[in-house]
Amino acid sequence: MNRQRLSQWWFVGTLAAALLSMLVPLPGVLEPFKPYWPALVLLYWSLESEDQVSLGLAFGVGLCADLLNGALLGEQALRLCALTFIALRFRSRLRFFPMWQQALAVLALLLNDRILLLIVRMLAGASLPPASWWISPFVGAALWPFLFLLLDDLRARLRIQ
Amino acid sequence: MARARDESSPLFAGNAAGTLRLIIYLALAMVLMVLDQRNGWLWRLRSAASAVVEPVYRLAGLPAASVHTLSVAFADRQHLTSENQRLREDLLLANAKLNRMAAVAAQNQHLKELLDTQHSLGLNVQLARVIGVDLGAYRYRLTLNMGSRDGVRSGQPVIDAHGVMGQVIEVLPHTAVVMLITDPSHAIPVTIARTGLRTVAYGSRDGDELSLPNLPLAADIRVGDKLLTSGIGGRFPPGFPVGRIDNVAPAATGMFQVALARPAADIDRSTDVLLLHDQAEPEGPPAPASPAGPSTSLGPAPAATLVSPPGKPPADDGVRR
Repeated sequence: MNRQRLSQWWFVGTLAAALLSMLVPLPGVLEPFKPYWPALVLLYWSLESEDQVSLGLAFGVGLCADLLNGALLGEQALRLCALTFIALRFRSRLRFFPMWQQALAVLALLLNDRILLLIVRMLAGASLPPASWWISPFVGAALWPFLFLLLDDLRARLRIQ
Repeated sequence: MARARDESSPLFAGNAAGTLRLIIYLALAMVLMVLDQRNGWLWRLRSAASAVVEPVYRLAGLPAASVHTLSVAFADRQHLTSENQRLREDLLLANAKLNRMAAVAAQNQHLKELLDTQHSLGLNVQLARVIGVDLGAYRYRLTLNMGSRDGVRSGQPVIDAHGVMGQVIEVLPHTAVVMLITDPSHAIPVTIARTGLRTVAYGSRDGDELSLPNLPLAADIRVGDKLLTSGIGGRFPPGFPVGRIDNVAPAATGMFQVALARPAADIDRSTDVLLLHDQAEPEGPPAPASPAGPSTSLGPAPAATLVSPPGKPPADDGVRR
C-alpha cells in the first residue's frame, strides 16, 4: 500500500520536475540545446509502465505545460498526445531494442514532434524558426540513454527501499 | 515489471479504440487551439490559475538566480576590486552628471511653466526585476516580478538604463509579461535623431536587431544614426533612445531603403528594468527636432562633456543646444 503510494508520488514527481525544467532558462548560447523534457519523461513512463500512462494523461500534462508556457492552449497537448500514442503503439518493440536503437527511435519521435510544432506555429502565423531550432531533438536523443538508466536506477532503488 | 504485467494491458486489446481516442484528443486539442487563437482564452485561464502558475515561475527562476548568486560569491578578489573601482568612478561621474541634470531640470521646469505645458521632466517609474523563465522556443518575451497588484497595466512601456526595451502585454496579479521591441510582431514609432525623419522600427526574425524596412530612397540615413521614440501613437513617450543604425541597404524591390538597427537597451542582459507610468497622451505628432535635442546631447556623451564642466556654469550649455 505504502509502496504503491510512493511509486505514485514518484511518477507524478518526475512529470512535475519535467515541466519545471522546461521552464528553467539556460544561458543564451545553450538555449537551442535544451531538450523537450516533458516528452522524454512521458516516453520513459509509457515504455516502462504503460498502465499508468494513457492518452488522457498525456493530454493533461500537455495542457499543464501550455498553461505554464503560455504559447497556445492545446499545442503541447496535441504534441504529447501524438507522441504518447506512437510510443504506446510500438511499446512492445521499443522496449526490447538495444539502447542505441531506442535512442534513434526517440530521435525520430522528437523530430516528428518538432515537425508537428512547426505545422501548428505556421498555421498560427508565426515566422520560420532559425536552423538552430532543430538541434534540440538530437540533444534529447543523445540524453535518452542516460535519462533512461538514471530513472530506471532510481526506480529500482525506491522499490528496494 | 511483473506488477505491470498483472494489470490489464490495453495494448493488444483495442487498437481501434486507441486510435479513436487519439483522434478525439487531437480534435479536442485543435478546437482548443483555434478557440485560444481567436479569443485569447489562455491568458484568462492563466490569470485564473495564477496562484499556481506564479509560484512555479519563481521556482523555475531559482536556478538562474542562484547561478548569479554563486558567481558573485566565488568571483575572485581582483575582479571585485576592479569592479568596485569602476563602480566608484561611475558613481562619481553619475553624481556629477546628476548635479548638472538637476540644474538643467530646474531650468527646464521653469521654462516649461513659462510655456504652460503640463509635461514634466520627472519620470514616474517603477523598478521591476526580470524573472528568469523561458517562455517557449522564441526568446522575445520577458517575465517581470510585478503585476496588477503593484499597479502594472497592459501597454506600459518598459525601459532600462540605455533605452526602450518593450511594452507590457499581459498582466497577472504578481507577474507581467513584456514583449520586447525585437519581437517580429512588434513595431515602435521612431524618429532619427540627426534628421528628424519619422519612421517605424519593427522587430526582426533573428531577434536581436530592429529593422526599418520602408525608408524613402532619398532619405538621409547613415550608419551610426541614433533612433529615438517619436511619441506618435501615444504608447511610448517621445525622446527615449531606441537603437543605433548599423546597416543601410537598398531593398530588394529597389523602391525603398532598408536599415538595420541594434537596440540601445541591453535586451538580453538586463536584470532590472523600469516600468514607465504616465503614458504620453495620444495627441498629434510632436515637433520632430525639439524632443530629440536635449536628451541626445545629455544622454550618450557624458564622458566628453563631463571633463570640462568645472570651468563654466553647467546649465548654460545644456539649454543652448
